[in-house]
Amino acid sequence: MKRLLRNKLFAAGTLIVFFFMTVAVFAPFIAPYDPTLIQFDKTFLPPSGDFFFGTDDLGRDIFSRMVFGARVSMFVGLLSVAVSVFIGTSIGLVAGYYGRWVDSVLMRFTDIMLCFPSFFLILAVVAFLKPSLFNVMMVIGLTSWMGVARLVRAETLSLRARDFIVAAHLGGVSPVKILFKHILPNVVSVVIVSATLGVAGAILTESALSFLGLGAQPPTPSWGNILTAGKDNILFAWWLSFFPGIAILITVLGFNLMGEGLRDSFGGQ
Amino acid sequence: MLNYIGKRLLALIPLFFGITLVCFFVIRLAPGSPVDMEESMNPKYSENARQKFIEMYDLDKPLPTQYALWLKKIIKLDFGVSFARDGRPVRDKILERIPVTISINIISLFFIFGAALFLGVLSAWLKGSAFDHAVTVFVFVGFAVPTFWLALLCMYLFGVVFGILPISGLTSWNYDSLSFFGKIADLTHHLILPVFISVVGGLAGMSRFMRGSTLDVLSKDYIMAARSHGLPEKTILFRHALKNALLPVVTLIGLSIPGLIGGSVIFESIFSIPGMGQLFYQSVTMRDYPTVMGILVIGAVLTLAGNLFADIMYALADPRIRYAGGEMRG
Repeated sequence: MKRLLRNKLFAAGTLIVFFFMTVAVFAPFIAPYDPTLIQFDKTFLPPSGDFFFGTDDLGRDIFSRMVFGARVSMFVGLLSVAVSVFIGTSIGLVAGYYGRWVDSVLMRFTDIMLCFPSFFLILAVVAFLKPSLFNVMMVIGLTSWMGVARLVRAETLSLRARDFIVAAHLGGVSPVKILFKHILPNVVSVVIVSATLGVAGAILTESALSFLGLGAQPPTPSWGNILTAGKDNILFAWWLSFFPGIAILITVLGFNLMGEGLRDSFGGQ
Repeated sequence: MLNYIGKRLLALIPLFFGITLVCFFVIRLAPGSPVDMEESMNPKYSENARQKFIEMYDLDKPLPTQYALWLKKIIKLDFGVSFARDGRPVRDKILERIPVTISINIISLFFIFGAALFLGVLSAWLKGSAFDHAVTVFVFVGFAVPTFWLALLCMYLFGVVFGILPISGLTSWNYDSLSFFGKIADLTHHLILPVFISVVGGLAGMSRFMRGSTLDVLSKDYIMAARSHGLPEKTILFRHALKNALLPVVTLIGLSIPGLIGGSVIFESIFSIPGMGQLFYQSVTMRDYPTVMGILVIGAVLTLAGNLFADIMYALADPRIRYAGGEMRG
């Protein structure tokens, strides 16, 4: 029963993720208006048949902006996780496999990175490097690899002692080949789970950065910067704040459900 | 015990150097040098000021020397002078704001811990019940909700629609004329929303962890033994299971400090609370270098202090830790 429920949740998560991915890919075909089209005679219109989610302070269609905003969220979410997974897996593999001082140095570095309030670090770097989506993506990736590194290291440590790795050693297989052909495939499941959960975190961070004006720069629409306009006009235009928040919530929920489902099916903790 | 604390303190020294190295690297990360950046943002930047800046950061010296000199200042808590118009020492600016941020975070942690204790332990105890499912749903939604959005909704709902809670600042305009208890009531009134938002941000993770840790303990042999002795379920939960289930949670409190401090940027700037997070956000947007660096270092040091505190609490609670010596926690 419990398992079935879990599988249902996993299916729901996958469906949500698939839905928003489709929206992001086919954004130009879905959006009824140009997301940057300014119409001064149509400012602050409440949701209606013409404008599903209403219009903002410049008369732009919120629905169209949100459809294109899905692109930003997905793009930043997926790519920043690619960066963090690449760094985390490399560090974890090397630390776990070579052990001794290599392990100590790499893991102390990981501890140091864990000490920074990562949102502070991200804000500082993004602001120093001029805000842009590429920078946001890189910085989120560079400050969120520590969890993956620790997990991969732990897996590698336990794999290293297993018979088939010891046998490969004795057979004279080169360390590089052992790492890539024998250890890497066995840590993939751990990595996939934390990557899926990582996308959720990255989407939340990006939206917070955009909300603070340090992420996607106008006129590029993102869920976070629509919310900034929502904050300024919350007294009379609730729709500006309501819909983008719901979109973030559902997308992040989708990735989390998917990640948890994967973790269950891989039999992890 | 003292021996153990000493060991933990020694282990912090390399971490502290690492933190300062990363901070130093972040300064260097800016395109060009800090001097160019200062110049590009301020057209009235004079040659004189440029020289002063170079001297202040010893930019005319080789990198390792620069780092050593900078570190020397940091240890004396000298972060230089703010680029903001007031031109005050960064140390003073940070010190006057730290109490606000730390108090709000401690209050939030207190509530997070209390609520998580209730939700986590009870849902583990009633595993599979409607209550357990409700907590699971809450945890998933809590993980997914953007806190700044929740803050906006609450401001709208309680500040605008119902008009029962203040939505910005820490005190009312007539704060100074209030009696002592009036002041406390006024502060509390202003803190309800920010603390609530901060609590929601941290509660999901903590209650989930608490549930897992309780389930873990409940499946142990000694609980089974207690059951087979016919002890009442309540005694088993409160006398035998709870103490052990709480142990790992102490560690999590230490680990959740960076998240809480980071989150303070968001709720302090939304609710205009004059704390460290708001100062950080203002400094970042104004590119006030020295202040940003100062807060980065202090934020990391606070995290170290929090971890040390959690380690000590853990060792106090669990003798196995203090006698086994200081292995780094995973």
